[in-house]
Amino acid sequence: MSERTLELEILRYNPDQDEAPYLQSYEVPYNDDWVVLDAINYVKENLDRTLSYRWSCHMAVCGSCGMLVNGEPSLSCSTFLRDLPNRIRIEPLQNFPIERDLVVVMDDFMTKLSSVKPYIVSKEEKNPDDGEHLQSPAELAQFKQFTACINCLLCYSACPQYGLNEKFVGPAALALAHRYNLDTRDVGRSAREEVVASNPGVWECSFVGACSDVCPKTVDPAAAIQQAKIAATGDYFLNFLMPWKRQ
Amino acid sequence: MTRRPYLQKPQRFGWWFRQARYTRYMLREVSSLFIGAYTLVLIVGLYRLSQSQVAYESFLANAMGTFGMLFAIVALCFAIYHTYTWFVVTPKAMPIAIAGKRLPGAAIIAGHWAGFFIASALVWWLAGGN
Repeated sequence: MSERTLELEILRYNPDQDEAPYLQSYEVPYNDDWVVLDAINYVKENLDRTLSYRWSCHMAVCGSCGMLVNGEPSLSCSTFLRDLPNRIRIEPLQNFPIERDLVVVMDDFMTKLSSVKPYIVSKEEKNPDDGEHLQSPAELAQFKQFTACINCLLCYSACPQYGLNEKFVGPAALALAHRYNLDTRDVGRSAREEVVASNPGVWECSFVGACSDVCPKTVDPAAAIQQAKIAATGDYFLNFLMPWKRQ
Repeated sequence: MTRRPYLQKPQRFGWWFRQARYTRYMLREVSSLFIGAYTLVLIVGLYRLSQSQVAYESFLANAMGTFGMLFAIVALCFAIYHTYTWFVVTPKAMPIAIAGKRLPGAAIIAGHWAGFFIASALVWWLAGGN
């Protein structure tokens, strides 16, 4: 272990004891190849066993360890200490209730995610014996970028619209809805319309673009939402002018 | 152990100063107020023109005065900022693919600027500029 240390300020909240969250400081030795999650693990293992936080893969795949690092929504497993000042403030993701310490309540997101039917809605039930749903590389390229979402909630934490209006369906859920709407194997577009093309759906987004800035998987939810707005407008006029064409 | 989640207070005002990206966004939104105000000034000018030459010349004198010029400069700065920031995000809203290949974002932005300058030149020509 190196001699260098940094000060980690972590927002603590114990629902059994505390009325409100408060900051607690820890002095942590570190190496250049450490990420923020390593420092938090050091605290948990050596300084304070009561600290609660979520993490699993340590390789930016599981999406569990999202938190605010000096105010920026970040995956703590892919944020290197060498890129940060010697005093780091760690807080739970903004815009979500705090369950305990750095753990947030994500029920609202789960409800919204399921409301957009984030799965392929098939025309008819298919058995494995019926063979594959064939798709060309060009058809895959239409939506592939939007499949990379790991549900880490950084986009919800960065989105001021979600912070102002909790009814907003939000970046990740809308990006996934758009991903399935673009999929040639899917016929669920009109079933998703009620949620996606509503006021709390894509129309609550005012294109701040913060969701895409913080997305660790470069999904670009802001792009998905703007494209979904255009599609929703087209659908509206199509339904109006040619109701028989409705899916 | 009880469940008693702490509700983080939503910030109604002042959140746009919390991060530079929020401030940039808010400036883009505010820019539309200045563009709207400038449009109103133009409509007033047209109205004065419809009244009489004297009325129009007094409007022009006001518009070219210190306050009028100051407002025009501020409105122009906001209009440029508005145009620039919206052009930058256009590739997100309109991904264009030609023969299955995604057009790079820079090309889409450049296309918008080209359209902007062509439209501006057309207006300049129609207005009898030389």
